Amino acid sequence: MIDLPSYREQSPEVAAHLAEIRERPVVLTVGSVGRVFDSPQGDPIIALSKIEFAVHHREFISVIGPSGCGKSTLIRIVAGLDACTDGAVLLDGHPVVGPGSDRGMVFQSYTLFPWLTVRRNVMFGPSMKGVPRAQSEQQANEWLRVVGLSNFADHYPNQLSGGMKQRVAIARALANQPRILLMDEPFGALDAQTRCNMQAHLLQICASVDVTVMFITHDLDEAIYLSDRILVLGAHPGRVLEIIDVPVPRPRSSD
Amino acid sequence: MSGTDASVFAPVKAGARRQRRRPLLSVRDALSPRAHAAAGVLAFVVPLVLWCVLSYVPFLWHPLVLVQDAGDSTVPGQYAFIAPGQRVDGEVFDGRNAELSAARRQLASGERVNPIFLPAPHEVARAFYTAFTSAPERTGDFWLHESLLHSCTIILLGFIYSMLIGIPVGLLCGTFSLFSRLIEPFVDFVRYMPAPVFGALAVAVLGLGDEPKITIIFIGTFFQAVLVVANTTRSVDFALIQAAQTLGANHRQLLLRVVVPAALPALYRDMRILLGWAWTYLVVAELIGEKSGISAFLYQQQRYRHFENVYAGIVMIGLIGLITDQVLAFLGQYLFPWESGKPSLVRLLRGSRRQANSSQAAVSSSPSVSS
Repeated sequence: MIDLPSYREQSPEVAAHLAEIRERPVVLTVGSVGRVFDSPQGDPIIALSKIEFAVHHREFISVIGPSGCGKSTLIRIVAGLDACTDGAVLLDGHPVVGPGSDRGMVFQSYTLFPWLTVRRNVMFGPSMKGVPRAQSEQQANEWLRVVGLSNFADHYPNQLSGGMKQRVAIARALANQPRILLMDEPFGALDAQTRCNMQAHLLQICASVDVTVMFITHDLDEAIYLSDRILVLGAHPGRVLEIIDVPVPRPRSSD
Repeated sequence: MSGTDASVFAPVKAGARRQRRRPLLSVRDALSPRAHAAAGVLAFVVPLVLWCVLSYVPFLWHPLVLVQDAGDSTVPGQYAFIAPGQRVDGEVFDGRNAELSAARRQLASGERVNPIFLPAPHEVARAFYTAFTSAPERTGDFWLHESLLHSCTIILLGFIYSMLIGIPVGLLCGTFSLFSRLIEPFVDFVRYMPAPVFGALAVAVLGLGDEPKITIIFIGTFFQAVLVVANTTRSVDFALIQAAQTLGANHRQLLLRVVVPAALPALYRDMRILLGWAWTYLVVAELIGEKSGISAFLYQQQRYRHFENVYAGIVMIGLIGLITDQVLAFLGQYLFPWESGKPSLVRLLRGSRRQANSSQAAVSSSPSVSS
């Protein structure tokens, strides 16, 4: 268990901020979700059991836990890339049945399309929906400006550093204007300094863009720095140990 | 600490120059450009030098004797059959001279030569030229360039047909498990049947023209192509497909906009290899039914014992293959600019108009970044 002596104490402004978030409409509901994997040895493995929480509009929620607690499985279920064996995931009240553009995802591994330039990568989502090229190009330029990569619009992904790639991945997910942005340890593969920059950058983006974020990490500092609430998962079986309201007022600095 | 620290996000610089001389032997490390070029030239020069040494240094190998004067042919003996212009074994020649010296007659003379199937480089080089300039020996035969052109046409047609069907089928197999299960077991079964065994069948069904030959090339490459393309398609990073799914791509878009472009560079390399296989089936294809093309030429020259022409023909096939492959490799750099860092072919063809536009765009967007 996390042992911070006064982590439940909130200053009035933080309490007011969190109360204000609770007032907002619920975007994502995870209702007693369970996931059981069949194992070749016979005994099924319970990866997730009775996970239950709700994410409000423009909230930043982190999911933290030891490796093997099923946090990646959870976000994949929310994204629709995996199916839960129990319970349901509701997005704006509608059950999630598969991957869709209403839930943008940023993966830990770099998943930019190597054959597309940075701008074309960002245009990918809108062009799948049939948005006219001129319009999606304009939007892409706008999102690249938001993540600070306007100068690299015509580069290919393999010409970018890891941090830049993840910024493009964020821009690509946001260009679809998703209801919720799912981030699966997006900065896990980056070096410490770049990760620090990226966290600050992500906070800026969240402050300026209308977006709800669900963020997977195993780094407690990262979770505290970024989130409004932290969902603590335990392993074997994966279950919610605690949901913590982060008592740090915004705007935050990295220390 | 703002997120726009330029030093952290600066683009990755391609291989910084190294001053120290690189060792020639080092595990999985690139050679220096000079060593790279030199080794590439040596790859061809060394076999050529070996061939020259074998051909021009008289005491090396040269197992036969070219008889210039048979000596006194009235002397009877076991080896009395030798005649001027013949290439005979060294033992035979020595045996004959022993017989002649025993009879105290004029000895036979000759020079040590290599077998007729190993012509000297200069003979092949000459044949390389004369093979194109000398008219066919019989009417109805083809000039060498006509034969080569015919061979290339057969290869190209067979290969194109096989790729036109094989690549889409392979892509489907690599993308959807259903197609993989429906198609691959049978293809796996057929591909173990050597393409030449279909020769007689192809001639029986399609007659004596070019069709059975094209069919052999098709059979030889199609079944391999399906399996190779399916495997290449399966090796596309699944994370890319999942990323596209979360961006809202449907089945058709996943296949056409993600799987195909992701697999394309590897598919292109596969096709270069398969084209090489098409050449190996060519000889079989051309010798079934009515002999044609370069194989017919080689077959004829072999019967006339013009081995220098045979070598010239073989070398020509090798050269055509090598040149095609190098041209395709060179083109590939411009077809897949994201792998090579070269400008794309499309952009090169569109020329300067596009370049002017993009540089303008870069200038107009730069102030927004610094702000």
